[in-house]
Amino acid sequence: MPEMTTTPAEKTTTTATGGPGQPEQKPEKVRGLWGDAWRDLRTNWIFIVSAVLIVLLLVMAAFPSLFTDADPAKANLAKHYLQHPNYGHIFSADWLGYDAQGRSVFARAIYGTRASLLVGAGTTLVVTVVGGLIGMIAGYFGGWVDAVLSRITDMFFGIPFLLGTMVMLNSFPNRSILTVIMALSFFGWTQTARVMRGAVITVKSQDYVHAAKALGAGTPRILFRHVLPNAVAPVIVVATISLGIYIGAEATLSFLGLGLNGVSWGNDISDGGNSIRIAKFIMLYPSIMLSITVLAFIMLGEAVRNALDPKQR
Amino acid sequence: MADIDKGEAVDATPDAAAASLEKPLERGEPILQVRNLKKHFPLTQGVLFKRQIGAVKAVDGISFDLYQGETLGIVGESGCGKSTVAKLLMNLEQATEGEVFYKGQDITKVSGRAMKAVRRNIQMVFQDPYTSLNPRMTVGDIIAEPFDIHPEAAPKGDRRRKVQELLDVVGLNPEYINRYPHQFSGGQRQRIGIARGLALNPEIIICDEPVSALDVSVQAQVINLMEKLQDEFNLSYIFIAHDLSIVRHISDRVGVMYLGKMAEIGTDTQIYDHPTHPYTQALLSAVPVPDPESREGRERIILTGDVPSPANPPSGCRFRTRCWKAQDKCAEEVPVLAVPERFKSSDSPAAHESACHFAEEKNVVHTG
Amino acid sequence: MTTTQQAPFVPTPRAEGPLLEVRDLHVEFHTRDGVIRAVNGVNYSVSAGETLAVLGESGSGKSVTAQAIMGILDMPPAKIPQGEILFQGQDMLKMSAEERRGLRGAKIAMIFQDALSSLNPVLTVGYQLGEMFRVHQGLGKKEAKAKAIELMDRVKIPAAAARVNDFPHQFSGGMRQRIMIAMALALEPDLIIADEPTTALDVTVQAQVMDLLAELQREYNMGLILITHDLGVVADVADKIAVMYAGRIVEQAPVHELYKRPAHPYTRGLLDSIPRLDQKGQELFAIQGLPPNLLKVPTGCAFNPRCPMAQDICRTDLPALVEVSEQDGGVLPGRRSACHFWKETIHG
Repeated sequence: MPEMTTTPAEKTTTTATGGPGQPEQKPEKVRGLWGDAWRDLRTNWIFIVSAVLIVLLLVMAAFPSLFTDADPAKANLAKHYLQHPNYGHIFSADWLGYDAQGRSVFARAIYGTRASLLVGAGTTLVVTVVGGLIGMIAGYFGGWVDAVLSRITDMFFGIPFLLGTMVMLNSFPNRSILTVIMALSFFGWTQTARVMRGAVITVKSQDYVHAAKALGAGTPRILFRHVLPNAVAPVIVVATISLGIYIGAEATLSFLGLGLNGVSWGNDISDGGNSIRIAKFIMLYPSIMLSITVLAFIMLGEAVRNALDPKQR
Repeated sequence: MADIDKGEAVDATPDAAAASLEKPLERGEPILQVRNLKKHFPLTQGVLFKRQIGAVKAVDGISFDLYQGETLGIVGESGCGKSTVAKLLMNLEQATEGEVFYKGQDITKVSGRAMKAVRRNIQMVFQDPYTSLNPRMTVGDIIAEPFDIHPEAAPKGDRRRKVQELLDVVGLNPEYINRYPHQFSGGQRQRIGIARGLALNPEIIICDEPVSALDVSVQAQVINLMEKLQDEFNLSYIFIAHDLSIVRHISDRVGVMYLGKMAEIGTDTQIYDHPTHPYTQALLSAVPVPDPESREGRERIILTGDVPSPANPPSGCRFRTRCWKAQDKCAEEVPVLAVPERFKSSDSPAAHESACHFAEEKNVVHTG
Repeated sequence: MTTTQQAPFVPTPRAEGPLLEVRDLHVEFHTRDGVIRAVNGVNYSVSAGETLAVLGESGSGKSVTAQAIMGILDMPPAKIPQGEILFQGQDMLKMSAEERRGLRGAKIAMIFQDALSSLNPVLTVGYQLGEMFRVHQGLGKKEAKAKAIELMDRVKIPAAAARVNDFPHQFSGGMRQRIMIAMALALEPDLIIADEPTTALDVTVQAQVMDLLAELQREYNMGLILITHDLGVVADVADKIAVMYAGRIVEQAPVHELYKRPAHPYTRGLLDSIPRLDQKGQELFAIQGLPPNLLKVPTGCAFNPRCPMAQDICRTDLPALVEVSEQDGGVLPGRRSACHFWKETIHG
């Protein structure tokens, strides 16, 4: 970490240190720890690649019609899966062929992005807020509060994530994006809570927290001004990595017939699986999209983790 | 630094400096009275249903007074409980037993608004300048935080100016207000911590090892700053440290702690030149003196063994397991901290409070 | 100025030659903020039975030099662009990794500041001590354990036979440091490098450990390099001292001489800035300013912005480490100073 050499003495003795022609004091750019992280990320190719991919996916989710004219729901049975991809027609409806019901595989791959990203981002948001809050309360207050909350966390952690969500979603006949987010969050918050609890326990024993207490600061000030800003970094890393995992989980659920009703990569992979012997491409392209998306978020998480971890420097 | 030097150049001729060092203390009412202070940390077993299986007696019955404008040094080895004393005085830990009177009011019993008022007057400077400043806050925000918590201390429009004033007082460039702690060196950070401690204009500052994490050449700067501020703002310091030379330099009186108890307390001359407790004598004799000439002439008492666990301290005198003078009486009877009988009628510097059954004077610091 | 004063550093010749000799050593660290020149042409030597104290503050390069000698620098980011480290006349920097590993532990051993993190927490102390003998001497389990107990006795750990199966955390700080010393001594090395060996210990324990180290050094006639920031510890045990500042040696002297008459303003400032135990004293002398940032070391003498004696030449010309003499030209053996104004400093 760069340290300032400007000594207090230089206030009055600049003539002694800075000769003629030397600027009296170069205004140094002020960087916080996030600023340092950003400087690190800007030159990290893993970050750049994943960030570009994620921006592309976000645009795809927001404005799918920019990428294709075809309607993902329009079934043209005349063009069902016997019509294989026409790789010459880039970006047109028949570029990646048609599925069993004669729907454009390319259009569905583009339109499926929105569901995946919404589920991933929504779950991450709920999990980070709920898990983070529980972890922060458990870690900061300790004692019986921690004992109770930690045991509850352990109980939820013990339930297999996918099995839990499957059982839960099975009881909903109509599954919207919100339903899936809630089910994934219900079983997914435990890791965030654990990470947050650990980070808060480390931070709360730091002297600056004691210093704030010694000044008479109240609990909300200590929590939100001193503890949270210093404990949030590992949670952000977990959030970025698990975003990819939730997208994968949504696809898995959809593949099993327990996911979203509507256009989604998981549903398409599931459908494609039925005709894998005669038309592999139907399953292939949504799978590629899914893999790229999950990978992009996990890569982003890794890059952010390395940038935020001062020991890596 | 430069500002401090400048300030001293103006008002401190060598004579004036000497006079201020020797100025007599106004011994009126003590500003802080500590009586039989105890802190026992329970040792527990079990996860959800904890049961106590013992206690670490970190501080076990400590009493002392602090007078206006003086510096009381507290020395001792790690685990003797000196840092716990600091936390108890700051009410960062709840005392198990005992009282701390600030101007006659027992601050271990107050809470809420009254506690907030007490906090304005008792502040703390921490040991580690790298962990005592929030890395996510600017220096300006760190020093202004006391005003956020105690808005009555400074009107809102005035705060920025006050913060810059404080930076100037501790010898930092007031323009550094928007920088982050990691852009400063250890010594500069400790100055920031001192500025934060001064913000509310306290009467007492508790310093827990304020220079032990700093480089030797920077320690002297910070010590000088603290002495200058003491004169300027009429501060009382409790200066907790393990470095006996620094404690002698800055303190008017010194207390020596061992395993949660006070072994000996007196003025700096009484403790350093006329110690009567064997632990103090051993401690002083073990300090390496930066003078190779004196190493031949000095008598060194090398203690055997380690400090016993505060969870299971020895009976009677706590030092007896390492003491070369220990007798049966030491295991049976806890020595009280008082002027030893044999010195009571004398006016020699050896007549100061010492918790030893067999107290006798022994000069271990001076050679020859 | 005469030419003899500007002469480059020539190690004092000894009958049998020094045990270890560092010649013009440079170490750089390549970081994303630039190149940090942590060690800039350091020369020093230690003979058998001799104690050299390397004194310096954080960032002075004292520990990096030791790590370079031990061959435990992480490379990259560290790089040794120049220099020689002669151990018994052989340049260790030219040896193969295999050869160096053979020296480490057997011929040169190191004691670290933090004994707790230097010991493996999941292995018993006896196992870790015995490992030295199993690996280097191929002893069996039983013999290795017996040797471990013998070593623990040597470093005066009470009831060694009963405690040989304890884990590191079951020992106190002082006892752990003794175990570290035992480990360093296991193969009876010729040279021990101790990096702040007592800094983490309490005063009374510090005295015990330093005494032990000095006693064992005499007994085995080892060379000892003691790296520390504590002028008190140095005065107690060292024969000669090298004071480092910003990656260079600024003063070298036999221990008595240095304390009596420092020949560099930095050394003098350090000595003046520490309070005394035996007298109350006046206001402390404080060296102004801060240790330099190694990314932008001041030109000329690195100490010039903090030096009360600095003149124009100090800001432009790097002072060489030259021999220091009496006012009448009489030789002061073993004394060197890297100050343009050493005469004024030592005699003035």
